[in-house]
Amino acid sequence: MTSLLSVNNLSIAFSGNAPVVEDVSFTVEEGETLALVGESGSGKTLTCRAALGILPRTAKITSGEIMLRMDDGPVDLLTLDKRAVRDIRGNQVSMIFQEPMRSLSPLHRIGNQVVEVLHLHGGPFGAKAKQIVLDVFEQVGFPDPERTYRSYPFELSGGMRQRAMIAMAMVARPKLMIADEPTTALDVTTQAQVLGLMKDLQQQTGMAMILVTHDLGVVANMAEKVVVMHKGKVMEAGNAPPILNAPVHAYTKALINAAPRIPDNPEPVLPTSGHDMILEMKSVAKTYALRSGRGWSGALKVHACRGVDLALPRGKTLAIVGESGSGKTTAARIALGAELPDPGGEVLFRSSPDSEALPVHAMDQQTRLQFQREAQMVFQDPYSSLSPRMRIQDALTEPLEIHKIGSRAEQREKAADLLRLVGLGPDMLLRFPHAFSGGQRQRLSIARALMLDPKLLVCDEPTSALDVSVQEQILQLLEEIRNQKKLSYLFISHDLAVVARIADEVAVMRRGLVVEQAPPDTLFYNPQHPYTKALIAAQPEPEIDRPIDLKLVAQGAGMPDRWPDAFRFDGNDAPPLVHVEPGHKVRCHV
Amino acid sequence: MQILRYAIYRFATMLLTLWVVSILIFIIINLPPGDYLSNQIAELQASGQSAGVAKAEFLRQEYALDRPLWQQYLIWVGFFPGPHGFSGLIQGNFGWSFEFDAPVAEIVGDSLWMTVMVNLAAVLFVYLVALPLGVLAAARARSWVDYTSAFVGYLGLATPNFLLALILFYYGHKHLDLPIGGLMDPIYENAPMSWDKVKSILVHLIVPTFVIGTSGASAMMQRLRANMLDELGKPYVETAIAKGMPPRRMLMKYPLRVAFNPFVADIGNLLPSMVSGSVLVSVVLGLQTIGPDLLQALKSQDMFLSAFVLMFVALLTLIGTMISDVLLVLLDPRIRYEGRKS
Repeated sequence: MTSLLSVNNLSIAFSGNAPVVEDVSFTVEEGETLALVGESGSGKTLTCRAALGILPRTAKITSGEIMLRMDDGPVDLLTLDKRAVRDIRGNQVSMIFQEPMRSLSPLHRIGNQVVEVLHLHGGPFGAKAKQIVLDVFEQVGFPDPERTYRSYPFELSGGMRQRAMIAMAMVARPKLMIADEPTTALDVTTQAQVLGLMKDLQQQTGMAMILVTHDLGVVANMAEKVVVMHKGKVMEAGNAPPILNAPVHAYTKALINAAPRIPDNPEPVLPTSGHDMILEMKSVAKTYALRSGRGWSGALKVHACRGVDLALPRGKTLAIVGESGSGKTTAARIALGAELPDPGGEVLFRSSPDSEALPVHAMDQQTRLQFQREAQMVFQDPYSSLSPRMRIQDALTEPLEIHKIGSRAEQREKAADLLRLVGLGPDMLLRFPHAFSGGQRQRLSIARALMLDPKLLVCDEPTSALDVSVQEQILQLLEEIRNQKKLSYLFISHDLAVVARIADEVAVMRRGLVVEQAPPDTLFYNPQHPYTKALIAAQPEPEIDRPIDLKLVAQGAGMPDRWPDAFRFDGNDAPPLVHVEPGHKVRCHV
Repeated sequence: MQILRYAIYRFATMLLTLWVVSILIFIIINLPPGDYLSNQIAELQASGQSAGVAKAEFLRQEYALDRPLWQQYLIWVGFFPGPHGFSGLIQGNFGWSFEFDAPVAEIVGDSLWMTVMVNLAAVLFVYLVALPLGVLAAARARSWVDYTSAFVGYLGLATPNFLLALILFYYGHKHLDLPIGGLMDPIYENAPMSWDKVKSILVHLIVPTFVIGTSGASAMMQRLRANMLDELGKPYVETAIAKGMPPRRMLMKYPLRVAFNPFVADIGNLLPSMVSGSVLVSVVLGLQTIGPDLLQALKSQDMFLSAFVLMFVALLTLIGTMISDVLLVLLDPRIRYEGRKS
């Protein structure tokens, strides 16, 4: 019996250049999940796309074969004619993609896009086809399949769209589904649910799966076999448990070590009591009016933040953790004065321990300029936060020019110093941003933020666009700089594991409310709030014997009216944030 | 139902806009010092023809040019009684052309319809040419099809319209026996509508349509190509391929549908730019459209005539944008269902 799919000695190169995939071989058996793991540029995506023949135009397959077992014997997908490949796509082998927001056509109804798969592969048609689609919709967890059938993609959330994509990929009952980073763009609790769904479906249908991912936690939860790729080559391959528990190859070891994880046995610590707060947010709220409908209909209000009280002690790191839409970024923008809070809220900034507290939103021109020097920001996306037309030197010295600090020579001197500080060389000053990798660019962003010798740094998801191993380095760098320069960080993240290592205090936000707040060890040792528990449970860990607890995730990530009694509330009527132990605040009824 | 409500709402805003436009036009027309009659009076007085002066004075009163500007405006539109009661644009009185010494309605009469016809033909031409060529150029991007169509397109954009008109007339006449100038054979000019007259008009339309439409078509084609190329890079195209769709069907169903939006949205811009762009062409080709009238009226400060022509062009523009807005709502569910709760 041959394998369902076997990739043999596959090599791919971009028109004449060195191969980006080199001599890759692996097999997938019926009903099993194989994870293709690697960082960006490892060639994992190209490898699986080659199976369906959807490579970029300039990519050429230079050698190898991809054999798929059909009813009448194996065929080589690479030498099949176009028509035959089209018959296989979606029907025998289907694929889902990374970005559910953009992988569905915005102008066609979901039902139309899914039922089309059946139509393309010879039926059934009409009501029978629709019934099949409705059944699949129910299988992937849509509460109202009829409604979903009529919906447009923009009416669904990201998680729901990915469910629609999964429905589309399995409606024709393929033997193999290729999932290219299917949950990377999703929130962690949504990711847990989608992964759980995929696993269930696989058990029900006996479909094989190739899971392309960079996340070893996802691998540990999903895969039976693992292929680790690095720079186009297979580093290590085999069954998942031995590879994750006792990796042999150095690269695999490094990858597993770099994966951020929530500490196993955290010790509860007493909060460091201090009264020197560099930043204080007092009952900060922000309401946005959404334009709704046309003409003169009333505006819909969205509470981005509600009653946020946070204080950042000097020299410490306060992390705000939450999923998309939690209001964490709004809170950070208000803290920096980039956004005005609703009346009644205020933000106080204390430049030095003995200076008086200044209200961030009621400053005159002069103090505002001073505040802007002392509070800087590091952005999420290092690819778009540096102007591609400015040399590094100019990008770095620009803040000094704006604030008219130092002579040209002194400015350059400082830029060179800071480049050294963030681990780059002064010889790179004359380069343009495109000459740097993602991690290097984030180092540049950090250097730029430090040019004005700020006292407060707001980091907005500074590592979420980076590979795991690079993320690790950047976090280390941020820690070193904080301790060396006595900086205070307001750290925004969606990832509890990232926050676990850098923060002194964590505030968990959900839909504009802080639901729990404590030092990280306390939070992980003794999480109280169901939402916090869900976030912790949803975090995929690169350990085989710690699968995601979907029940915990489902309960905590659901609506507040389904939480346990002590936390339950309806609508906007949330309970207050109360101290359950020193330094540990939870939003619950007492 | 929702669409109907939107269409009505859109129509109401169009009327409102038209009203604002009328104010602007009136102000602009009256910006240059003096008016047609005062200029004429000055001229007549200089040459000592007092009889003419009396007539001009009479006309001044007749058309309320001796009143304050705001009253003139209200009378012109028909919100305010003039010397002969309510008689303005709203009541269907378009005013008097001093230059031609005849009612505006009489002067523009036929050419109004000719203008609409010529420009509709040109718009149709633009869409019929740009749609297939744009899609083809995008689907075969960076191939000889793409380069050739781009080359021809840029030629079309770069050639001055009137030059193109002259060239086409010459060769069209020489090789294809196409007529030169005019919108119909002179024998039909005052004849009643007949099959032969329609045929004559259609044959005469060929060259003007081509001349007026070329630059619009090549610009539109390039825009459609760029939009299509953008769409072709999007993940949903990959999804469609991964489903096993044949390339042509995929192209038609997904990216084209999305790239179509700007294409539709352009209707509104296309109409006015063609009307104003065709003025010179109409003069060169001797087309009886509104273009030459406008040119003449503006040169001689013939206020009512120029104001009316400008109003007409504005109306065409507004109707164009209204049509494209309503079509967009029909085409794009994201606009249609904005605010629908899920």
